[in-house]
Amino acid sequence: MTLGLLAISSSVEQVVYMAAALCFIFGLKRLSGVKTARSGNAFAALGMALAVIITLGIVADVSWFVLIGGVAVGTAIGLALATRVQMTAMPELVALFNGLGGAASAFVALAEVARFSGRLSEEGATAGSLSGLGGADLAVAIGLSVLIGSVTLSGSLIAFGKLSGKIWKNRFGPIGSQAVNLATAAVCVLLVVWAGFMASSSGAVLSAHLLLVVAALVLGIGLVMPIGGADMPVVISLLNSYSGLAAAATGFVLQNNLLIIAGSLVGASGLILTQIMCKAMNRSLPNVLFATFGEEEGGGGKDEGYTGVKSSGAEECAPILDAARSVIIVPGYGLAVAQAQHKVREMASILEGKGVEVRYAIHPVAGRMPGHMNVLLAEADVPYEQLFDLDQINAEFRNADVAIVLGANDVCNPVANDDPTSPIAGMPVLNVWDAQTVMVVKRSLSAGYAGIKNPLFEADNTLMLFGDAKKMVEDLVTELQEL
Amino acid sequence: MSGFAIPTVAAAAQEGGGEPLPFLIIGIWILLLAVFVGFELITKVPPTIHTPLMSGANAISGITIVGALYCAGTGYGGLGQFFGFLAITMATVNCVGGFLVTDRMLKMFGQRGKKS
Repeated sequence: MTLGLLAISSSVEQVVYMAAALCFIFGLKRLSGVKTARSGNAFAALGMALAVIITLGIVADVSWFVLIGGVAVGTAIGLALATRVQMTAMPELVALFNGLGGAASAFVALAEVARFSGRLSEEGATAGSLSGLGGADLAVAIGLSVLIGSVTLSGSLIAFGKLSGKIWKNRFGPIGSQAVNLATAAVCVLLVVWAGFMASSSGAVLSAHLLLVVAALVLGIGLVMPIGGADMPVVISLLNSYSGLAAAATGFVLQNNLLIIAGSLVGASGLILTQIMCKAMNRSLPNVLFATFGEEEGGGGKDEGYTGVKSSGAEECAPILDAARSVIIVPGYGLAVAQAQHKVREMASILEGKGVEVRYAIHPVAGRMPGHMNVLLAEADVPYEQLFDLDQINAEFRNADVAIVLGANDVCNPVANDDPTSPIAGMPVLNVWDAQTVMVVKRSLSAGYAGIKNPLFEADNTLMLFGDAKKMVEDLVTELQEL
Repeated sequence: MSGFAIPTVAAAAQEGGGEPLPFLIIGIWILLLAVFVGFELITKVPPTIHTPLMSGANAISGITIVGALYCAGTGYGGLGQFFGFLAITMATVNCVGGFLVTDRMLKMFGQRGKKS
């Protein structure tokens, strides 16, 4: 046991670690409730601070340049990203941070490899391999840490790309097909065995682990590429779980129980959250991860032969809204893309001024991320009391005069209820068609992520308002102001 | 590193003066219990809080920073310390950025009820 700056004994360190672990557990619990989440986050941050401070007190013989330098650069970047990035880019930011966490675990394991391989050249033929030096469990722990950490890094970067719209393909050459994924996974396992148990010179051990990094990065890309943009939240939640596992594996490498505890907590809770998200879409996790809807892109761009679609404009719709008593707004991804939330708020205020009751129906997977719509509308100062989730509002549609669908598609597709063979069969949807009049604001008749036709658009009581969500709402505002 | 040695009294009682349990065994015990806690902690989570919860849990996975700090040690050599520097930087971004972003998301929840 090394004594660092403050000559702290290992018992004190362990006690502080216990306090940190309790902070994480308590914080994570509170993070799962709307009212307690903010304090939960604070508790978890406190736990992290405790762990870092006590570790700084313990480490000896370090290059303070490396240490302070790393922390300073990391803090600067983390601070800049967290405070400057737009709210709508939150999901991709979470993906990015997650990837970095996984990469950090991999690099810690690689540092251990560097340290051990140094000793391998000293001790020469007697040790024979990494496992000979430090034990089979160490070799496996290092291998797993490098593997999981690297998969998390590349997977998260692909998720980042998909969410920010930079990547939209489902394949990158052969990478992305499940056959290639299986082969890559096999190569990774073989490399773990070779790097830890067979490579016998310091150079070989190091290069074997670096090869493992490359193979694992490829695997990460291949696993996430084929999954469509709309499913990214589930993927990120799963990758979050993986980065926890990587941290736990690193804990076995360093014999640090706090790493094992915190890593396992995140790993396990991440898995449960992933399951919860899948249930909200009424799909199973294997279905999300391995089944793909389309060949190249996940649907979109197909005009599937609609008949009897009524196209309309702001001039015609404004009086309908004006005369209504109750309006329910259904926001979707289109609203986020068009950044129309402030205009929507404006329109809602005008309607309320005319005595109309305005409510918002938030589907659990509307937008790019659960809670995405809530964040956008909160940004526009929409009162919390006007937001309702699916169970609360679904029965209300039949009492509403108008339902305005803003850039949402699959979440209000009646096919989910009517057609058991449909890809979205069984998915809970919003019953917008029960309203007297339905106004759908959409750029075109193209399909949503699920790539299927939405009979809502041809319904008798539906009016299609073709255009950008922001522009269309702006026009409605103008018309309403003149009435 | 930070090992975890059972007090020798207990070890002595076990094996008559033998060594403490290997860390691997203790580590596995800890892992099992922590996984169970993790599974049980997350039960009913309203969809609105999914994203902040994910972000907060992600920040916690930055615990790897504790391991990374050790890698600044001179015993790691030039290459090891370089990997360590990268690890420290990335883990710090994960922690600092993660907790701040989560707080930023959660701030919006409080404000909403106040305006009309």
